[in-house]
Amino acid sequence: MTNEVLTGAQAIVRSLEMLGIEDIFGLPGGAILPTYDPLMDSKKIRHILVRHEQGAGHAAEGYASASGKLGVCIATSGPGATNLVTAIADAYMDSVPLLAITGQVGSKLIGTDAFQEADIVGITMPITKHSFLVTRPEDIPEVMAAAVMIATTGRPGPVLVDITKDAQQGKAEFVWPPKVDLPGYKPVTKPHGKQIQAAAQMIKEAKRPVLYVGGGVVRAGAHKELLKLAELIGAPVVTTLMARGAFPDSHKQNLGMPGMHGTVPAVTALQKSDLLITLGARFDDRVTGDVKGFAIGAKVIHVDIDPAEIGKIRFADVPIVGDAREVIDELNQELKSGIVAGDLDIADWWVFLNGLLERYPLGYTSANDGKLSPQHVISRIGELSGPEAIYAAGVGQHQMWSAQFIKYERPNAWLNSGGAGTMGYSVPAAMGAKVGQPDRLVWAIDGDGCFQMTNQELATCAINNIPIKVAIINNSSLGMVRQWQTLFYNERYSNTDLNTGTDTIMIPDFVKLAEAYGCLAIRVEKEEDIDKAIKLAIETNDRPVVIDFIVSRDAMVWPMVAAGLTNDEVQYARDAAPVWDGVE
Amino acid sequence: MSKHVLSLLVEDKPGILTRVAALFARRGFNIESLAVGTSEVQGLSRMTVVVNVEGAPLEQVTKQLNKLINVIKIVELEADQAVQRDHMLIKVKTDSATRSQVLEAVTLFRARVIDVVSDALIIEVTGDTAKCAAFIKVLEPFGIKELVQSGVLAMGRGSKSITEKVLK
Repeated sequence: MTNEVLTGAQAIVRSLEMLGIEDIFGLPGGAILPTYDPLMDSKKIRHILVRHEQGAGHAAEGYASASGKLGVCIATSGPGATNLVTAIADAYMDSVPLLAITGQVGSKLIGTDAFQEADIVGITMPITKHSFLVTRPEDIPEVMAAAVMIATTGRPGPVLVDITKDAQQGKAEFVWPPKVDLPGYKPVTKPHGKQIQAAAQMIKEAKRPVLYVGGGVVRAGAHKELLKLAELIGAPVVTTLMARGAFPDSHKQNLGMPGMHGTVPAVTALQKSDLLITLGARFDDRVTGDVKGFAIGAKVIHVDIDPAEIGKIRFADVPIVGDAREVIDELNQELKSGIVAGDLDIADWWVFLNGLLERYPLGYTSANDGKLSPQHVISRIGELSGPEAIYAAGVGQHQMWSAQFIKYERPNAWLNSGGAGTMGYSVPAAMGAKVGQPDRLVWAIDGDGCFQMTNQELATCAINNIPIKVAIINNSSLGMVRQWQTLFYNERYSNTDLNTGTDTIMIPDFVKLAEAYGCLAIRVEKEEDIDKAIKLAIETNDRPVVIDFIVSRDAMVWPMVAAGLTNDEVQYARDAAPVWDGVE
Repeated sequence: MSKHVLSLLVEDKPGILTRVAALFARRGFNIESLAVGTSEVQGLSRMTVVVNVEGAPLEQVTKQLNKLINVIKIVELEADQAVQRDHMLIKVKTDSATRSQVLEAVTLFRARVIDVVSDALIIEVTGDTAKCAAFIKVLEPFGIKELVQSGVLAMGRGSKSITEKVLK
């Protein structure tokens, strides 16, 4: 049988179809034009035309994070490709399976500084899991299949495929399935039996164990196995910023989020622990604080699919390389043969932790300047929308409050830019999430600063019938930076005023802006209007909704471990350090 | 200073040298020397990298290198189980008075003269790093006009090859 002869452009589209890709976010331009032509005819792929390539990148991330599937974005050469860079870097930091396809100038023009030429493979080398430059049409099927395999297996991550214009225009036989030969890529998913035994032994002997759960558990879909493990050993669970929802917040063993803005019980549990059962977490500096003073009395079991994460920051007494789901499952089986639930000698540990939970619950002081309390607004969004909704945050105070005050009961409900801290993530990520999970209620909880970075995608949402809800937590400033200026820079507010509040010149007026984009726009200034607005937003599905919540700029995120300090120095509120007693 | 010699078996793909070098730069690892060339197997290249691991432990260097898709295998070649050679070309100033002294040094170090003009010689020398350094010290008083070196090449002793297991 002879194979069909296709142009490279047709081969790109056909490969994507064969790989099961259903949605792509992108924006055409000269060097990718050949591919946009057959894309128009595809019955299987929906292409969503964004307004800025960064939006395409974050939308693909949100799509991937909400659905667990691969996210795909596409852009032209030069500036189109460089506009994807922030999203690619973001996906790299948060291990998001992302395929970025870029057009490149003709292979004979490479290196000549041709119009819209940029060495995007070189630019993205340190922020991709892998990248390909394709100059021949016959290489396209294999490269596309390899790219998808690399992006979605092992530790997921972004893969860039840069395809020259002549490779798109040339013709070649389309061979499917292609032979994918990656001799240097063999991710280990199955854990070593001896290590599982060693971990089980250590767990049985622990007096103050903590399950330190990271984003790897979400990416691996290991939440059910985690629940079993937690209930089997009865240990407390902390879920990092990337792992919110990996373990139900309603579960009595959940101490909440650790880290710089973690709960006092979660921060303290890690700090006083004698065994960190680390699952798909990477000892990020925002979790550990000064690493020299982090959990100094703890032994470490470290489970990660990426061997390079083990021992990178903290020595692991029991390193286990493998997929979180397989590892936890094997650990459960190993433990089951030796113990029954509640068998561990950790009653004293819980007495101490319960004391902390009682004395230091998550809370906030209401605003006293007549504006809304942002924590209250965010709590109400969570309570009225429920655990089946999806919440995508930007970066800053509103992100921390969303991580703290919304109760997550399932993985993939909480989307944010954790590692990279990319302002502007929220609106496009929510858009992507809604495309990937059209039946779910999707909120973008954004700040007035973040929102101004990527709100152009409201046009994409309005035109393509992607009815997301945007809650702008508008404190008229770059709130987190302002908080640091309040605390560490003598209240000298250098360049953090954004003038978007109702008592300022209000540029832009978010309600007018949202209306211009075809959204239902609501401004909320009074506490009694909060619920009404949220309910109206939830009921409105014929267009996107933007709610401008006018909140107090003096609200701060607490608790807090200041940068560079150890977690022993967690502040419950300004000038209020917790009092320790019991276990030392 | 803690130096280690790593031998990398890599796919001979465009950009592989950049990927390895960029990884060292991005992770703050120090390269002392780097030598690249094709191996005995078509499509595979061999790199010999000398790393100075003061900042990050060697384990972290090899783990990060292993994550590069085009890197197939990494072996640390320890000094007592491997041969290590530097290769240098040295242009030394000579005149009728000094030439015989330089040639004597060349003989002592089992180096070779590969180009001669009236006022200079080009000398080729191979050997381990210490020998090459000693040779340079001997030549310095005569005046070294130019020096190029290959970076360390290394290979494990014995009959085994690092490509064997990979290709099975």
